[in-house]
Amino acid sequence: METHQDRYYLAPPSHWPIVGSIALMLLAFGFVMDLNGMGNGKLVMLAGAGVLLFMLFGWFGTVIRESEAGKYNDQVDLSFRWSMSWFIFSEVMFFAAFFGALFYTRTISVPGLGSGETMLQLWPHYTATWPTAGPGLASKFTPMEAWGIPAINTLLLLTSGLTVTWAHWGLKKNNRTQLVLGLILTVALGMCFLGLQAYEYHEAYTKLGLTLGAGVYGATFFMLTGFHGFHVTVGTIMLIVILFRSMAGHFKPSHHFAFEAVSWYWHFVDVVWLLLFVVVYWL
Amino acid sequence: MDATHAHDHGHDHHPSGLMRWIKTTNHKDIGTLYLWFALIMFFVAGSMAMMIRAELFEPGMQFMHPEFFNQLTTMHGLIMIFGVIMPAFTGFANWQVPLMIGAPDMAFPRMNNWSFWLLPVAAIFLIGEFFLPGGAVAGGWTMYPPLFIQGGMSYDLNIFAVHIMGASSIMGSINIITTILNMRAPGMTMMKMPMFVWTWLITAYLLIATMPVLAGAVTMLLTDRHFGTHFFNAAGGGDPVMFQHIFWFFGHPEVYILILPAFGIISQIIPTFARKPLFGYASMVYATGSIAILSFIVWGHHMFTVGMPAAGQLFFMYSTMLIAVPTGVKVFNWVATMWKGSMTFETPMLFAVAFVCLFTMGGFSGLVLAITPVDIQLQDTYYVVAHFHYVLVSGALFSIFAGAYYWLPKWTGHMYDEKLGKLHFWLSVISMNILFFPMHFLGLAGMPRRIPDYALQFTQFNQIASIGGFIFGASQLIFLIVVLKAVRGGAKATDKVWEGAEGLEWTLPSPAPYHTFETAPMVK
Ligand code: HEM
Ligand SMILES: [Cu+2]
Repeated sequence: METHQDRYYLAPPSHWPIVGSIALMLLAFGFVMDLNGMGNGKLVMLAGAGVLLFMLFGWFGTVIRESEAGKYNDQVDLSFRWSMSWFIFSEVMFFAAFFGALFYTRTISVPGLGSGETMLQLWPHYTATWPTAGPGLASKFTPMEAWGIPAINTLLLLTSGLTVTWAHWGLKKNNRTQLVLGLILTVALGMCFLGLQAYEYHEAYTKLGLTLGAGVYGATFFMLTGFHGFHVTVGTIMLIVILFRSMAGHFKPSHHFAFEAVSWYWHFVDVVWLLLFVVVYWL
Repeated sequence: MDATHAHDHGHDHHPSGLMRWIKTTNHKDIGTLYLWFALIMFFVAGSMAMMIRAELFEPGMQFMHPEFFNQLTTMHGLIMIFGVIMPAFTGFANWQVPLMIGAPDMAFPRMNNWSFWLLPVAAIFLIGEFFLPGGAVAGGWTMYPPLFIQGGMSYDLNIFAVHIMGASSIMGSINIITTILNMRAPGMTMMKMPMFVWTWLITAYLLIATMPVLAGAVTMLLTDRHFGTHFFNAAGGGDPVMFQHIFWFFGHPEVYILILPAFGIISQIIPTFARKPLFGYASMVYATGSIAILSFIVWGHHMFTVGMPAAGQLFFMYSTMLIAVPTGVKVFNWVATMWKGSMTFETPMLFAVAFVCLFTMGGFSGLVLAITPVDIQLQDTYYVVAHFHYVLVSGALFSIFAGAYYWLPKWTGHMYDEKLGKLHFWLSVISMNILFFPMHFLGLAGMPRRIPDYALQFTQFNQIASIGGFIFGASQLIFLIVVLKAVRGGAKATDKVWEGAEGLEWTLPSPAPYHTFETAPMVK
């Protein structure tokens, strides 16, 4: 008979998944209620969010305890690696839908509205240039300038990619101070990024007239940067979790998948930002 | 059925009763859940089809309002695709992939549980729509704007149902990919894997690549509905046609998600009952791969009539036709496997042979639709309905029946009732053709789809189709009886079950014990 460690760890029955399902059900249904003007929507959403948090703490807590107890052998580790890689790939495809929408509107739908019969019949005075709020809206807005806050944000994120790698080196050399310091720096940079983006959104709404409703420019701008910002938020939370775990003495130089997963995710968010900076802000 | 432990784990406490199913992390339990869920949803969406056929029995409005008819066609499509065919295939994957590659379970048992238990939530949302003010979504399963943007509360619920089903599919796919790549028994090289495992590996990639795109598309619908964006509104510079592009970028790979696992099941069954190894195994693998890759560049064939430059039409026409080549390779290989085999025709084989013939017909009508000038006539007619029901009913669904009959003895430990199985087969295959064949003629004559009323001259063919439909619907109750009988008892199945069966799952006892391959088998 083999020893326990040689075996692929198979989780015992668990109640966390069903808790997660209930959470998503409440969250989604509450949202639908709220969107349709039913009174208690926000309350139901709040309940859902609460259950979701409870589930996330419980589920990830279980995984962390199992990992620290040494239940995951190398084969399990490899499973985690495969799954994280393909999860990130699915995220890439999610962003691809919105990048695709931006590409389509810029190269097909907007030029199409400003030329030929479509223009003559519907909006004869429309000049199709990018950025645009479209031919039929009264909305006037100023587009976001690339070389202000967005350029600073690019620098922040690129630097944070370096600091997280530096922390990783620290972990591999078993230099815990470098590990913790690197993570603190990364979290700080992530938070600065988010703060600046919040400021930028505030400016857009109050000064530039740039809103979600400002035609396809506003729609693609806020959906792309908004979902990216959401991913930065999630990434920062994950960084904070591994920061606390590092301070609690988790991770070994040879065995620290959670750290790597978070850093992969962080680099992915970084790359998406670079693309965003080029095609949303700059060009 | 009691939870027999092949090897006793002192530390595992398995709850019993309902809690066993809710908390389970066992791939066989989860597979069973998926399969029962699919069967229940099959009868839900099937009863909608019965109502549709009842209304279409005669011209004029008989039983319902036009809006309700449109809700029925929409929900029938959505539930059959996302609630029946996909979960059924995932159920097969859960049961069979670990057994076929010699793994102790799926790579992530807890996530596996969640992938399943998200589906009932989505089902509650979808079915619940009927009880909301304004009724269920009615714009067709394709959810096109601007109709979809104008609807009421159920449209929002539908969007979240799609999100939840997408999350379930993505987690399920990640699990399947990881299991196949990382959990194969020693000696089980990629090119030794059973075809069913190969087809699911490739299907899982299709799912991971397209489900997030669908999620993006419906998210844009949501923001257009409630947050003032203009993605699909020309006044703001957007375009409703853009939704169609994004949707079909998901949609065409999706139809291969609905058929590749079927190819896998058929490729397991035909060699068993022809008592010959699968002809051209390697070419089957490569054909499946090419179909998957090509499926990403053909989406425009759903959009020939919305306006597209001639170059686009030509591109999508030829790329679509190109897919018929690897598909043809597969059909050739199945036929070549049967050639000079010592064949017997138990129920799984009957369904498999019917699959080969009738799926091929569906493929041919697809080719007809791929021809742009022809499609411009046939788009949105019953010809398209005939096409996709040949590939989905006599294709995907028949493969599910074939697989269920094939593996039921391994799952339950009992032989199913062969007489009833054959009755189910013959009634299904005959009534299915009575139901869908006349739709080709209706479409060629110009009867539009998704309309509750029709011109007088279409009456006869519609009545034939409806009669076929009622027989088909009733015959499916036989399947339910066969399954229930096999679960409860019947002749004891041997380990190998079928004389010509090959593969790891047939080396296990029947029924397969709760835990299998805890020590990996050696594959030579
Ligand atoms: C040789 C292979 C195939 C070809 C050439 C083909 C071609 C086509 C074309 C051109 C259309 C668009 C018709 C129209 O709307 O005017 C279509 C529709 C459709 N096909 Fe296929 N097809 C093939 C295989 C399949 C398979 C394997 C499936 C599913 C298992 C499938 C499912 C569908 C569905 C569901 C639709 C209708 C979508 C809708 O508008 O609601 N097809 N097919
Ligand atoms: Cu297609």
